[in-house]
Amino acid sequence: MEAIMILGLKKTYAGGVQALKGIDLTVEEGDFFALLGANGAGKTTTINVLVGLVTKSEGAVSVFGLDQDAHPDDVKMAIGVVPQEFNFNIFETPRDVIATQGGYYGMSVTDAYARADELLAALGLSDKSGVPSMQLSGGMKRRLMIARALVHRPRLLILDEPTAGVDVELRRGMWDYLRALNAAGTTILLTTHYLEEVEQLCRNMVIIQKGQVVKAGPVKTLLAETDGRRYRLTLAAAPTDAQRAALGAEAVDGTDVTVTIPTGGTLDALIARARESGATVIDAAHAHNRLEELYLSTIAK
Amino acid sequence: MQVQALKNAYFTMVRKETKRIFRIWPQTLLPSVITQSLYFLIFGGFVGARVGQMGGVSYMTFIVPGLVMMAVIQNSYTNVVSTFFSAKFMKNLEELLVSPVPPWLILSGFCTGGLVRGAVTGGLVMGVSLFFTRPPVLHPWAVLLFLLLTALLFSLGGFLNGVFARKFDDIGIFATFVLTPLTYLGGVFYSVSSLPPVWQMISKANPILYMVDGFRYGFFGTSSVSPWTSALVLSVVCVALAAVNLRMLRTGKGIRN
Repeated sequence: MEAIMILGLKKTYAGGVQALKGIDLTVEEGDFFALLGANGAGKTTTINVLVGLVTKSEGAVSVFGLDQDAHPDDVKMAIGVVPQEFNFNIFETPRDVIATQGGYYGMSVTDAYARADELLAALGLSDKSGVPSMQLSGGMKRRLMIARALVHRPRLLILDEPTAGVDVELRRGMWDYLRALNAAGTTILLTTHYLEEVEQLCRNMVIIQKGQVVKAGPVKTLLAETDGRRYRLTLAAAPTDAQRAALGAEAVDGTDVTVTIPTGGTLDALIARARESGATVIDAAHAHNRLEELYLSTIAK
Repeated sequence: MQVQALKNAYFTMVRKETKRIFRIWPQTLLPSVITQSLYFLIFGGFVGARVGQMGGVSYMTFIVPGLVMMAVIQNSYTNVVSTFFSAKFMKNLEELLVSPVPPWLILSGFCTGGLVRGAVTGGLVMGVSLFFTRPPVLHPWAVLLFLLLTALLFSLGGFLNGVFARKFDDIGIFATFVLTPLTYLGGVFYSVSSLPPVWQMISKANPILYMVDGFRYGFFGTSSVSPWTSALVLSVVCVALAAVNLRMLRTGKGIRN
């Protein structure tokens, strides 16, 4: 069954800004799915239409087979959302923030607070459960938003840049938690600017640009399509024109030269060419990871 | 949502708002008590001694219903407009909008918050008045009816203001330039029947007159306008405001997008 099915989704805001120009998107139940795109591409608008914060202009949206227009309440019950910005009441305690959200989903006070305690423990926030939320660190606030989104046990969890501003250690911890959640059956839709996160977590992805889907498919399949790998070579001296030509330099910054090794090519061959042209390679480093290559080449088209 | 789930959602909203009102009582409850105490002292005590009787009772007693009503109006309105606009501004209104709470329940939750604060401050001001005078309560049903209708009407008005407000200045404009003048000109400190005929006619266009007058009827058993007419006018305005607010919530105007 499809967890999300979006057909021909369009959104034009008051003032004429066309944020979505006909998005088609399918996310299978149980998937860990990435929605990628530059700032302003339409990711957050798509999410906001899904969760009912933005009214669509055209198109059809269904969640677990339920049409959003015909069954708005059932669709909302199926979704938990972690927005990009902190939007809880900072004067309330984390326990109250979570329990209040549970109440909005129809939970009794007892059940809501019991669930809040359970989620606070699962996300490592138990010792902060009674302090005003404004006193939490950035990473704790992110975890609080995840806990709040999970209070009613949604089948679909939507995360809009959940690890923005979170340190590496905490991010890895959140990845483990999300992986476990997904393994337990929760479908996850993720937007992020950390492409490493997509490679680590997601099975399928789409790239949105200017309100349209420009690339879609399994992450592994799409990665296999990348034309090559980009490297930054540090030379002993700034390259001459002949050396630039020999290396196929795309960009030069002092002694740093950016080059792309095409699919099938080797780093060894590149270094050999540099040596033949009289250049000495001191260091070589990946300029981007493979998904970044794919992403950048897609949005550049 | 099932009936029990709707009840849980409603009481969650009311509990949250009531906790907030009592947690920050120096901001929500105390100011009206202090202001109205000064009115009792200055207008009721110092000025009232020279005015003598009005409407068949001492001036101090006469102004009690008006001052209680003034507190109810200001607090029910301010509570809803500030809470709703803050929730919109801080984006925690999204917590409600992404949940399956229906629009009528969202409106009910916010308005109940306004009713609670209006009723509590009204009760406190009434309590303060007992230090100055002992007003009779001839028709308790009318006291209760007009208190509830007034608090509801201004809660609904505050909600509408909150929907349209785009910045914090917008939530003060209506209260400053419309609500306060209408309240002072609504017969809080005087009986409309003591005005010249022309001004009586003009005063009857002021909706606050009906609230103060009906409320005063509950205490003294006399009114310038029939209490039934007043109750009808207030009920019609409440229904109209509720309908407009629900439409705003359903279409998302000023809230979504």
